[in-house]
Amino acid sequence: MIGGFPIELLALQLFTGLALGSVFVLLAVGLSLIFGLLTVVNFAHGAFYMLGAYAGVFFIGYLGNFWLTLAVVPFAVGAVGLGVERWLVRPLYGRGIDYPLMLTFGLAYILVEVVRILFGAEGMPFDAPDALMGAVNIGVGYFPAYRLFVIAATAVLVVALWLFLEKTSYGLVIRAGARDSEIVRVLGIDISLVWLVVFGLGTAVAGLAGVLSAPMRSVFPDMGTTVLVEAFVVTVVGGMGSLAGAVVAGLLVGVVVSMTSLFAPAMAEVSMFALMALVLLVRPQGLFGKKGLMG
Amino acid sequence: MTLANPQEELKGSGRRLAGVVALMARHRVLAVLGFLLVFPFLLPYEALAVNILIYGLFALGFNLVFGYMGVLSFGHAAFFGLGSYATGIVIVHYGMHWFPAILVGAVAAGLGAAVIGALAIRTRGIYFAMVTLALSQCVYYLVYQLEDLSGGENGLRGVDVYDLGLPGLELTLLDPLTKYYFVFVFVALAVWLFSRILASPFGAVLEALRENEDRARACGTNVALSKWLAFVISGLFCGLAGSLNAIHLTIVPIESLHYHTSGLAVMMSLLGGMGTFFGPFVGALTFLVLEDVITLVTVHWQLFVGALFVFFILFLPRGIWGSFLRWASR
Repeated sequence: MIGGFPIELLALQLFTGLALGSVFVLLAVGLSLIFGLLTVVNFAHGAFYMLGAYAGVFFIGYLGNFWLTLAVVPFAVGAVGLGVERWLVRPLYGRGIDYPLMLTFGLAYILVEVVRILFGAEGMPFDAPDALMGAVNIGVGYFPAYRLFVIAATAVLVVALWLFLEKTSYGLVIRAGARDSEIVRVLGIDISLVWLVVFGLGTAVAGLAGVLSAPMRSVFPDMGTTVLVEAFVVTVVGGMGSLAGAVVAGLLVGVVVSMTSLFAPAMAEVSMFALMALVLLVRPQGLFGKKGLMG
Repeated sequence: MTLANPQEELKGSGRRLAGVVALMARHRVLAVLGFLLVFPFLLPYEALAVNILIYGLFALGFNLVFGYMGVLSFGHAAFFGLGSYATGIVIVHYGMHWFPAILVGAVAAGLGAAVIGALAIRTRGIYFAMVTLALSQCVYYLVYQLEDLSGGENGLRGVDVYDLGLPGLELTLLDPLTKYYFVFVFVALAVWLFSRILASPFGAVLEALRENEDRARACGTNVALSKWLAFVISGLFCGLAGSLNAIHLTIVPIESLHYHTSGLAVMMSLLGGMGTFFGPFVGALTFLVLEDVITLVTVHWQLFVGALFVFFILFLPRGIWGSFLRWASR
């Protein structure tokens, strides 16, 4: 017994936090990736997450298969991301970092309203596939299978992304671009193509986060609004532009929120901000952030 | 102003226009107030005029940080909302007179800005927008939870100030024109004070910070303190706007604390022209009149908001007034 709760309950709550945190991880990874390379804070990230969930609703009705849907959605959302980078964000490079930020903020309004026109303002049901219904015994008790799947899928994706960035020549170009885009350009690499791809990749991951969390949280046009704030908190805690920071901070924030909702339900929403304030006081660059990146 | 020696370069009507602009810039407080004095007679109904006054003041306060100091904050909804709620709560729950209640609102917003500012100035550049947004959203959740005081999801109702109770004057806010001039008095004082701040050495420090922070530091400016102070002053102005809004609407909706309200300030400043004295009011006027017209036709106003915002950032980043100034001084 800890704090009046049996240890098994706490362990289950920890896993709930990890599942919640997994979604945060995916959001923060996409946000961080885009920022690390393009120094663009994507204020439409929540809207891309929402697009992912709605793309899921659309494709599952069309294809009738959850797994196929899961594979298609990132490409669909990523394609929107590619268009946004090419036609809206690219003209703003070299105009100061506030402009892409404000532009994506305006873009979020457009995306949300378009979805509202196409799908209606009401929430949409989205069920987990039959194979992932029910609960599994994880030693300390029964835990929803779908949430376990979300944790596993996030782990696979993060490892794949890490391998891509660290072990492939494409990843090498991306990392070099984040460090010094001018030198990369001098070496004869089309950096604007790299930026395009990375923006698409980041938004695709956000879309995947949306469709993955659709069976856990409900699907409605404004679902990205609060998620954007959560993604910011995670990014500030972890440190902008750091993959490891996004993973650790995402899981940490997820666990903190789920634990507070057990001990002090009224404070659940505020807890993550308290964590962020603490990090800002002790280590303003974030847990894994480098001092220089903050300028 | 940017008009170093306009007489040499301009001819004909261009010269006269530049002269008018220069005259307006010299007497900027009088120009704003003179216009706002006759403003309600130019609009179809007064409630819209009151909205424009209040949101113009909100954008004006925001512009101190965004336009003059060059720091983008996405947390100003917290100050607008705190001003609204503080004024509303002392009127509804403690029966306070409207005048001290408005002061309480502004001070509460100033305190909120002091705390949020102290945390946010520990970060730089792009982080500032994210941190201020997150912290203001924290205020949103806190107020949401304090249901007994704030009314929670339904917002705070019953901020009824009808009889002003001024000795010798029979004034009631039920008359829309009276309400307009009631708000106008506060806005006039704020605009005058704002102009004085800009004209002070502190105003010069803010613009120095915008142009080159490192150089300002090398010149002996206490950068952190100046930024924090500007943030607090900006919060006071936005809090005053919030207080007036509570009295104007007689309710405080919880949405006034949401970060979309911060977005409104950003949008109005950008629309009018950031870092210009008249910009915030021009922006508030344009935005609210457009909203008024377009919502008559369609429920999808948000689509237009987004498109308008994107359009201005891509093609008219100086905003309406900023572009006009440039055109007049070409």
